[in-house]
Amino acid sequence: MIKFNEIKRAFLVSIWFMFLTFPIMVIRVNPVERIVEWRWKNMILVGIGSFLLSFVWNYLMKRKELGVKKTEAGEETGTIPLAQRILGEKRIYIPGLVAIGVFTMVFPLIFSMYQTTIMTTALIYVMLGLGLNIVVGLAGLLDLGYVAFYAVGAYAYALLNYHFGLGFWMALPIGGVLGAIFGILLGFPVLRLRGDYLAIVTLGFGEIIRIILENWNEFSFGPSGIANIPRPSLFGIDLSVHSSIIYIYYIMIALCLFTVFVVNRLQDSRIGRAWIALREDEVACEAMGIDKAKTKLTAFSLGATWASMAGVMFAAKTTFVNPASFTIWESIMILCIVVLGGMGSIIGVIAGALVLILTPEYLRAFSEYRMLAFGTMLVVMMIFRPGGFIPNVRRVYKFEGVKSADKS
Amino acid sequence: MKRYFGKVFVAAIVLVFAVSMMPGAGLAADTIKLGVAGAHSGDLASYGIPSVKAAELVVKDVNAKGGILGKKVVLLVEDDVCKPEVATSTATKLLSQGVDVVMGHICSGATKAALGIYKAENIICMAPSATNPALTQSGDYPNFYRTIASDDAQARLEVDYALDVLKAKKIAVLHDKGDYGKGLAEFAKSFIEQDPRAEVVLYEGVTPGAVDYSAVVQKIRRSKADAVIFGGYHPEASKIIMQMRKKRMKTVFISDDGVKDDTFIKVAGKYAEGVYATGPRDTSSNPLAIAAIEAHKKAYGADPGAFFLNAYAATQALLNAIEKAGSTDYDAVSKALKTEYVETPLGKIKFDNKGDATGIGFSIYQVQNGKYVELK
Amino acid sequence: MDYFLELFLGGLTRGSIYALIALGYTMVYGIIGLINFAHGEIYMIGAFTALIVISVLTLMGMNTLAILVIAGVIAVIYSSAYGYTVEKIAYKPLRNAPRLSALISAIGMSLFLQNYVLLAQTSDFLPFPCLIPDFEFMEPYAHIIGSTEIVILITTAVVMVLLTIMIKFTKIGKAMRATSQDKTMAMLVGINVNRVISVTFIVGSATAAIGGVLIASHVGMINFYVGFIAGIKAFVAAVLGGIGSIPGAVLGSFILGWTESFATGYVSSDYEDVFAFLFLVLILIFRPAGILGRSEKYKI
Repeated sequence: MIKFNEIKRAFLVSIWFMFLTFPIMVIRVNPVERIVEWRWKNMILVGIGSFLLSFVWNYLMKRKELGVKKTEAGEETGTIPLAQRILGEKRIYIPGLVAIGVFTMVFPLIFSMYQTTIMTTALIYVMLGLGLNIVVGLAGLLDLGYVAFYAVGAYAYALLNYHFGLGFWMALPIGGVLGAIFGILLGFPVLRLRGDYLAIVTLGFGEIIRIILENWNEFSFGPSGIANIPRPSLFGIDLSVHSSIIYIYYIMIALCLFTVFVVNRLQDSRIGRAWIALREDEVACEAMGIDKAKTKLTAFSLGATWASMAGVMFAAKTTFVNPASFTIWESIMILCIVVLGGMGSIIGVIAGALVLILTPEYLRAFSEYRMLAFGTMLVVMMIFRPGGFIPNVRRVYKFEGVKSADKS
Repeated sequence: MKRYFGKVFVAAIVLVFAVSMMPGAGLAADTIKLGVAGAHSGDLASYGIPSVKAAELVVKDVNAKGGILGKKVVLLVEDDVCKPEVATSTATKLLSQGVDVVMGHICSGATKAALGIYKAENIICMAPSATNPALTQSGDYPNFYRTIASDDAQARLEVDYALDVLKAKKIAVLHDKGDYGKGLAEFAKSFIEQDPRAEVVLYEGVTPGAVDYSAVVQKIRRSKADAVIFGGYHPEASKIIMQMRKKRMKTVFISDDGVKDDTFIKVAGKYAEGVYATGPRDTSSNPLAIAAIEAHKKAYGADPGAFFLNAYAATQALLNAIEKAGSTDYDAVSKALKTEYVETPLGKIKFDNKGDATGIGFSIYQVQNGKYVELK
Repeated sequence: MDYFLELFLGGLTRGSIYALIALGYTMVYGIIGLINFAHGEIYMIGAFTALIVISVLTLMGMNTLAILVIAGVIAVIYSSAYGYTVEKIAYKPLRNAPRLSALISAIGMSLFLQNYVLLAQTSDFLPFPCLIPDFEFMEPYAHIIGSTEIVILITTAVVMVLLTIMIKFTKIGKAMRATSQDKTMAMLVGINVNRVISVTFIVGSATAAIGGVLIASHVGMINFYVGFIAGIKAFVAAVLGGIGSIPGAVLGSFILGWTESFATGYVSSDYEDVFAFLFLVLILIFRPAGILGRSEKYKI
């Protein structure tokens, strides 16, 4: 049932959007050739489009409000999210995991080299996402310069290899340690900062690293970058491109599993709980006797370690690094992976990385509209599903002890 | 029972995927697969799309004449957005599709990243626009060729012109901090330093996209430079030249083929008058070039974009070499590229041992009455 | 000395431009505590709208001054309309959501608007005509400061004064201050908070549009991406001065403009942005809430 009021409202909305988009959508100017092109068709499209979208929007808004009211009234909605139910159910969960495991293991053997390469890229982002998840999702520190650590790792491998001929397996731990050191270096000055101040300083830090890499030719070879970085070797054997791509894929799988394992263990550890406490309330957290400085620094340095290792991996995979790969958009992309996937949720972050990195690859045909769609998706997701694809479930402890104790 | 079902389910999924996404490589050997890679979307698309059109036109011609060695030529067009990390995926995608030779990539950084992969698989790659000197001069990429002169040749020409013709004594060298601009500026700087007649009074990078360049412009004024050599693209160049002229500075402005673009004149308007820029030698009188441009106009209804002729020549050179070599074998094609001359819109070319085309060079242009005019 | 003066004036001009954009950031932040990432895009849309209007009117053969006024007014109207709509769509539903959600939504909006202009118009740089004629009496000083720069300085000053008056002495200004202090209390004393927020977005977008038109005619070109870069810088300026504080945003903008100008003039423009960011970090280490920001007391 669509009421008259709704039609009226949708009509007004469409008039408003036709007005709003008039200069940009309808008129196209070319000041050089002094040509003005009028595209009235676009106006009609905008009108019809916004008229229809207005209904969808209203419907979704109503559903959302209903949901909020229900929770406010304390009603159990009774629907645990589907993803959670699947995870809770052992009978689905275990074969599912086995299926995914088998699938990932045989993936490079059945699919082409290209599929393997983009899957490896996605896995690098999984690692980056999981690393940033420590900083943003667990410790609640908004970091807009995460890409700096990624750059540290990539350049660490590139330069160590160039000057000292170090191989991938040596560079990986060194890169990780360097990342941790940089994380602490950034962490110290920003210890006192909160929320958005922190965001802008980290953003600045990311930019500083990129600008230094761009300008300091003697150190980093400037914008032309470093080429001919070797791919990882297998016990000293150099592999052909095809097999080394598959090899990198398996290394990435192993690293991701390792990351998941560590992050999962960290979450439930003492330090993990300290992070969550810090995220929820800094003052209360300090009052509980948690050392704020130490907690923040560990979050930064552990997050940076993963980014840095992912950077080493990136250099090994691309065999070429230059500063253009480490812009602020990269940081934003990683942040979007974490938030869209579901902050604090490991499976969510993995899903977020796979969706955000693989979809554009498969939608190459629509590449023009890719970023437009991406922007829209961010807004819509935040409004209607703020928890992300697979939100984190907080552990709930229910007090039911008395009754059962009586009975027994 | 349930567990059993799970296994069957998994196997089924794997099978379905495996069948549906089997790589198409090695199915048809009766075609020659020409890969075309470069930026076909994003902010640098305007440099990449003309090369696709050039390849399409050449291939259409060749196929109309019965193909090469009796085989049809097929194009595999892939986008790399000019990003190194995407370029490696692009390269592997082309390899998965069984590409024989590649025409591309557009940007030097992306080309370097992709070359590592082509090299290992013995695929020849010819770029229409990647001008980084290291690509040919380092000797790291024996499989690389290009139909455009490298940056140092351009810097050489700019410096020579400033010293010999304009008699500049003090030169300010600016760049946009980018791969292309900074590389060029570095060469210009070292060439001037080697020459006793002039000195570099200022060497700076400007931040692309900054709201204005007034501080840098004031600095140029203070350095009392007679000439500015700028390495970079036209948006920054026009901002700098406009602010210089608005501050009543008459300093000579010399730039590169990133600026030798009609958009520069359109944006900078009257301030562009008198600006020098180097660009590929004017070949518009070459009958092959006229024919190629006509074909483009006929097919797409517009004038061709940047590097169109370079891409046209590259495609012709590659196909010609395959024909002369009698196969797509790496060694045979390499030999053919280096020994056999080919008629292209850029003139009669072959390639030297490093992979640079002989007979392709730059000349200097000046903006006169709102047009670039080649100075002889 | 002349050189110093030139750099000083250059920094002042740059600072004024930052200030016109930073005001929008700081006002929005002061009221709803959100970094409005799409604010730079609003500025860009203002400039684009002005360019479109100018091109159409020039073809109709109107005289320059009339075009300048009409283009300016239409740019302000449209920017305000965009600011208003963006708030209604992307931020209002998230009023009670975690801050990070609103931030991501703002980033999404920024991406959307950039690509909307890119697709509907062009990715190329378009020349923006210089509408402000060269003043004759300024000719002897033309090498130090141009007439466009003077207009920018004067306009910024006027906008600042008007804004201060509005916030200090009008009813809506009072309501804004109340809302920024405590939203719930403001509601209780009968302030229509939603309306106040809308007005804030409209005013912020309008000043951004003025900045957009002025800067575009100063540098003589625009494309879809100019808003993002200027926006980041203006945001840095707002944080430097203490985000949420209007005089702070102005002060921060001038300081940032001067830092960049002097760093370029006396050191090197290679590291222009590094200086700007390092300066920001230094200030924030000693004053974590910016130069003029109130450092809030947190209670449990």
